[in-house]
Amino acid sequence: MKRTVPLVIAAFTGFVLIVSYFIPYAQSWGEEAMIWFDILAAVAFVLGGGNLLKTHLQKISNRRAGWGFSLITISAFLITLGIGLAKMGVHPAEKFPEFAWSGDYLSQSSGFGWIYDFVYLPLAATMFSLLAFFIASAAFRAFRAKNTEAMILLGTAFIVLFGRTHAGIYVSQPVVDWLTAISGAEAGSLAGLRLDRITSTITSVFILAGNRAITIGIALGIVSLSLKVLLGVDRSYLGSEE
Amino acid sequence: MRTSSMIWLSLVVVAGGYLAVRTSNGSMGRAYVRHETFDARASFEEQIQKIDDEENTLAAKGKTLPKKQILARKKLTTRLGDVDGITWTKVRSANRSELVGKDGNPDSAVVFSWSRTIGLWIAVLATLAIMSFLWGDNIFYKLAESVVVGASAAYAMVVGFWTGIIQNLFGKLVPGLMRDSVLPGLPGGQEAELIYIVPLVLSVLMLWRLAPVGGWISRWPLAFFIGATAGIRLVAYLDADFVQQIGSTIMPLIVSDKELGLMVGKSIGNIIIIIGVLTCLVYFFFSFEHKGLVGRTARVGIWFLMVTFGAGFGFTVMGRISLISDRFSFLFYDWLWLPKPGIDA
Amino acid sequence: MNDSMPTDSDYQTSTETSSANGFDVRNLDRRWIFLVMGFSVAIPMLMGLVFPEEPSQEVLDVFDTVENLEDGSKVLMAYDYDPASKGELEPMAAAFVRHCAEKKHKLYFITLWPAAVPMLQKNIAILNREYPEYTYGEDYVNLGFRPGQEGVIKVIVTDIKKLYANDVDGTDLNELSMTANLKNIQSMDLIINVSAGTPGAKEWVQYAATTYDIKMVAGVTGVGYTPLVPYVPKQLAGILGAIKAAAEYEEAVLLEYPQLRKNPATQEALRKMGPQLVAHMLIIGLIIAGNVIYFTDRKRGVS
Repeated sequence: MKRTVPLVIAAFTGFVLIVSYFIPYAQSWGEEAMIWFDILAAVAFVLGGGNLLKTHLQKISNRRAGWGFSLITISAFLITLGIGLAKMGVHPAEKFPEFAWSGDYLSQSSGFGWIYDFVYLPLAATMFSLLAFFIASAAFRAFRAKNTEAMILLGTAFIVLFGRTHAGIYVSQPVVDWLTAISGAEAGSLAGLRLDRITSTITSVFILAGNRAITIGIALGIVSLSLKVLLGVDRSYLGSEE
Repeated sequence: MRTSSMIWLSLVVVAGGYLAVRTSNGSMGRAYVRHETFDARASFEEQIQKIDDEENTLAAKGKTLPKKQILARKKLTTRLGDVDGITWTKVRSANRSELVGKDGNPDSAVVFSWSRTIGLWIAVLATLAIMSFLWGDNIFYKLAESVVVGASAAYAMVVGFWTGIIQNLFGKLVPGLMRDSVLPGLPGGQEAELIYIVPLVLSVLMLWRLAPVGGWISRWPLAFFIGATAGIRLVAYLDADFVQQIGSTIMPLIVSDKELGLMVGKSIGNIIIIIGVLTCLVYFFFSFEHKGLVGRTARVGIWFLMVTFGAGFGFTVMGRISLISDRFSFLFYDWLWLPKPGIDA
Repeated sequence: MNDSMPTDSDYQTSTETSSANGFDVRNLDRRWIFLVMGFSVAIPMLMGLVFPEEPSQEVLDVFDTVENLEDGSKVLMAYDYDPASKGELEPMAAAFVRHCAEKKHKLYFITLWPAAVPMLQKNIAILNREYPEYTYGEDYVNLGFRPGQEGVIKVIVTDIKKLYANDVDGTDLNELSMTANLKNIQSMDLIINVSAGTPGAKEWVQYAATTYDIKMVAGVTGVGYTPLVPYVPKQLAGILGAIKAAAEYEEAVLLEYPQLRKNPATQEALRKMGPQLVAHMLIIGLIIAGNVIYFTDRKRGVS
């Protein structure tokens, strides 16, 4: 029961969606299943929040190392949650002014919007922007052309880094002009040798080929994994025996 | 006190003093808003007048107002009494350049905002706290990290609640209640769809994962989720990422055009693409040992993949640098109000 | 992130080593690299270093797709990015809005990311500020966010009102002229997707563009660019990859609509290319320097 029913649910749901793709009559079943899927996705956010509360409350109650920061996390969580759910500072919708709760929860005047603009946005944006510094550090410490493959990788990276800025044109245009002059070729005929054009060629030929193979490989992997899940062969999502 | 500490302390005091002086005389770090009063009754009367004007225009042409517009006017007129006296002040962010209107006089609608100015300084402190990690792990970074973890989880929960649970679950289960409270704009003809008791039950079962006992029941909605994902992905990946990709790879090895004749560059490009795709796929085939011809072919595939990854690295670097550009832009122009080259005098 | 980072004692060790043996570039404190990286972005920005941009063929493919649509076409603006990627994607999102507004296209704003809802508002604010003739409900509508990732696309390609009964302000979609007769997104003339990851351009291609043959263009981060290249041109008419493509797209729009050049906000990506160039040169220099040290040490037999 604990493991059989979920297997049946997964298989039934998956096959309904596959059938609804091919049979127009069954399309509405597929739509309904996807709307339930979308509702459960919203509930998954609630589950995530609840799990965060549970984890950090346990950390605080057990006085594990760093429990003070867990207190900060929970405070930020509860304040944001309270302001957002209560629609603090939100005016009613202009079309329905007599309904106090009809307004958009993320309007410009809302407390929730304030938290997004002045707390969440700067923190999230800055956190990811630090990667630029670590890439620079890694470039100096780790990127070594130890073998042929690494040399090809770094060489391509150089061409792309040059070619995706004005430096690519600035450096390569005089070389192209010189080659055109000494070879007597038609003006503009050797423009494909400019670094930005070489970058475009790399994109439209080599990146296309490599990524197409990767895309095909991933597609086959996803198809086989999906079949394994639907046929009950792969049961890892059920967790351990209980 | 050590010399280095003295130097650091002096730098901090000088910088702090500079910021304090500039802030106090209004040369940086302020936020403004534009106020606009919204009067519900006036807004409704304006809408009614608009419909009346449309009716008159149509009447002049010998036509009548559509039924939809007549109904809308009736609804608005009926509600006039309910919205009488309901007013509020609409607020939106304003640039400091809007303090002075186009006629050169101060714009009274644009005012200094304490809440947004405090917010601006909080954003600056948050940005600097995260950036302090570059010096080393420290308490300011850890505080900022804790705040973002909590705030982002709650943000997702609030958004999921209002857009998913209220709109699509309760909006379909109890549309009458929702229409009378938070979703007055729900289509009038929408009746309760009792089938949505199923996702309601599944939602409760999903949340049961947090309970101390019976958490195994959350496998049922999880199985629905996994099954649905597997179902839609199987077809989508097979179509878009397999069949279509193979179709796109079947391309002419010799490309010619009526006017341009043989297109050597395009032909070579197509040949390289086909060789590249095939050799990379040979590399991914791990059922055969990569020896002999298979090994040599796989090696060519690896070279193609190295070019792909090298280009990917180049593009990744490009992306990350633009993120730090954006944060510096915020600090220099939105906080310190430094002049933007080529824009500000 | 915290567990993998060196502690202060690691820094002290490298500094002590450096000071004990004289300056050793092999043990260079990485904070110096961080500082140089910071200057390489900050100084060009403050100096206003800007370079001319020439739209490449990939960018022109995207530009032409939007430009060649008949005026007043229906365009789905699917903006799927958050604050973490706004630095890279906001300029191209804004450029798309301005280009579509110049063409008087009907814009349907939607997102699959919860954190992108304010991003939609910021782009709509461009319409409110710069195109006051654009009327809500007649020329543009904000459908907002629905949870479900690719599940949302699966529903709206067949029946949009099953998931979107109202817009963000709670207005019944049947009461807005541009959505009253909208059954699903198959009637869209173009999908413009600006995306930072999953769900994003790949999902829109898989579940909408490919299956229902809806024309689509995408603007993505540098990281997300290369995996989408295989879809061009049959499944995806064109892609803008990273800030360089955004700058080229801005230039393409400004060449076609020169009156926009008076507004500095239309050149946001172009201004970012100055710091980009200097930082790229720094990265190249660091890779070369690191490899020179490595090969020198290998030659001398130093471990």
